[in-house]
Amino acid sequence: MNTESPNTGLDAHLVVDRGEFRLDLRLRVAPGETVALLGPNGAGKTTALRALAGLESLSAGRIALNGTLLDRPKNGGEIDRAELGPENQNRSAATGRGTGPNTAARRRSGALNTDPNREPGEPADGPRYRWVPPEHRRIGVVFQDYLLFPHLNALDNVAFGPRRRGTGRAEARSLAADWLARVGLSDFTRRRPAQLSGGQAQRVALARALATDPALLLLDEPLAALDARTRLDTRVELHRHLAGHSGAAVLVTHDPVDALMLADRLVVVEDGRAVQEGDGESITARPRTDYIARLVGLNLYRGRGSGSAVRLPSGTTLQTGEPLEGEAFAAFAPSAVSLFRERPDGSPRNTWRATVSGVHRHGDHIRVQLEGPLRAAADVTPAAAAHLRLEPGQTVWAAVKASEIRSYPA
Amino acid sequence: MPAQRTRRRRRVPAALLAPAVLGLAFLILPLAGLLIRAPWAELPARLAEPEMLAALRLSLVTATSATALSLFFGVPIAWLLARGDFPGRSLLRALVTVPLVLPPVVGGVALLLVFGRSGLIGAWLHERFDVTIPFTTTAVVLAMTFVSMPFLIVSVEGSLRGADARFEEAAATLGAGRWTVFTHVTLPMIAPGVLAGAVLCWARALGEFGATITFAGNFPGRTQTMPLAVYLALQTDLEAAIVLSLLLLAVSVVVLASLRDRWTAAP
Repeated sequence: MNTESPNTGLDAHLVVDRGEFRLDLRLRVAPGETVALLGPNGAGKTTALRALAGLESLSAGRIALNGTLLDRPKNGGEIDRAELGPENQNRSAATGRGTGPNTAARRRSGALNTDPNREPGEPADGPRYRWVPPEHRRIGVVFQDYLLFPHLNALDNVAFGPRRRGTGRAEARSLAADWLARVGLSDFTRRRPAQLSGGQAQRVALARALATDPALLLLDEPLAALDARTRLDTRVELHRHLAGHSGAAVLVTHDPVDALMLADRLVVVEDGRAVQEGDGESITARPRTDYIARLVGLNLYRGRGSGSAVRLPSGTTLQTGEPLEGEAFAAFAPSAVSLFRERPDGSPRNTWRATVSGVHRHGDHIRVQLEGPLRAAADVTPAAAAHLRLEPGQTVWAAVKASEIRSYPA
Repeated sequence: MPAQRTRRRRRVPAALLAPAVLGLAFLILPLAGLLIRAPWAELPARLAEPEMLAALRLSLVTATSATALSLFFGVPIAWLLARGDFPGRSLLRALVTVPLVLPPVVGGVALLLVFGRSGLIGAWLHERFDVTIPFTTTAVVLAMTFVSMPFLIVSVEGSLRGADARFEEAAATLGAGRWTVFTHVTLPMIAPGVLAGAVLCWARALGEFGATITFAGNFPGRTQTMPLAVYLALQTDLEAAIVLSLLLLAVSVVVLASLRDRWTAAP
């Protein structure tokens, strides 16, 4: 469309303030790149997506897409002044959100974040205030439950976007037919959404979002509504289309498998903030929060490194593989833990006395929850579990080799 | 076990059955009485009488006009009530529904006070444009609109509240402006509700009596709609009243039946 605008992708600093909840997220996505926002429910992922789409306005910060400013509120980062300003009060009333009574908390967060609006490299004479409504943003959104228009058939659903952006009826229809063919639904153009299966509806939704050639594609839990089998196939399909999409893409999900398989880069969002960022490998190997550690199945501890030991706040010291100084994380897999009835012999090991708090099946092995100086999960074979006669309340000796414990700076 | 299922009987409590049967008889018997007492032999001749046809024509034209007016003004009002975010919205909703419970005669008096020749707006209209509304066909349409528009508003507002506003958001992300969202997404999605509201509105307008006779009077061919004609005929010519009533009944049944078919055919 606008060939003059630089193809720089998405550059956003999303701040949405809702009294008790505050989203504060910096996000850069290059053209052709897919970034996954991964986090638990209520972390603010969907709010971030809605702000990017223009369905919600920012409280502060900015959104720029290919060098065009899409959203930048008045009085940007200065929350206190923004609250007093009449324009901003109108804005929050217009979007249906009250200003809320939690002024003290906001003042605190405002003070922490003195001027999030001033971005490095941004021209000083740029516009001070900007709001582009969703219909004028070059975006495509795949909603969690697709939101296909029930009164239109698949073809007209896909043609809807091109029609609204000025394409003629016949041309829009043929474009839509092309897109439906690309997602493998040539035989379903006349079907209404109610006559499509979940997987088919998902593909129509994807075709509808891509048919407008968006510079930014937004996907909100695109696979969450599908059953396990359809999900597998659709994920592969989706990955193919994301790889073929030349614009930036942001995927919101709470499923680490979706994030790892679909995205080039992951941003872990918890409580409105990015807590970890990187590619799948670095995040799964070196988790920085309990949430990620649990998702990837690792025991994670934070402490202070000194030599080849990490000392935890509880006083326990873990012997690790590599030497490290300062604040550090230590992580090990449940399968690295060995359990014994008697204290084991042997030297470079971390051994401690633990109480079994839970025993359950986990795939083809038994997962044992341990309490004690170190709260940890251990995986043992069913044979070992039977031999140890593991049951809740029992005390055992746990051991982990130093070489099995990864440590990295916090 | 289909055989067993067909033999199983749902037992209805007598305490419910007795009033239900009596109530049904009460609803159906008067209609049956109308059919039984109808002068079937002379019916074609009586139907062809010019007064009869004039009343029918006037009723159909005015009720349809009132429905059109109600759609034009009522749908936007319903949208404001359902989607708008402004102070005093619940008060406005209460005011809009007042004509639902107001005795129509009172509505007629109120209309006369506003649009009458010496009324608030009527006086100005008369002086400025030499336009007089009371006791004209326009007055009939206004009276009908006044009493029947709330039915449409309530029905459409209910559909709008039931419709998922996120479809409108989806349309916006696809490039549809607010008006296009309304015409291309909102309106098609609430179409059954609008249709239902329009039918209710039309039926109410067709049966309008109190406000019409108060505000528009009872002039044959100009303001004498079917209900007024029935009332008038009842004093002089019982048979004519029965024929008119039968006609009104037939029109109502035909409209209801044709719309029911369309509703059930819709996906």
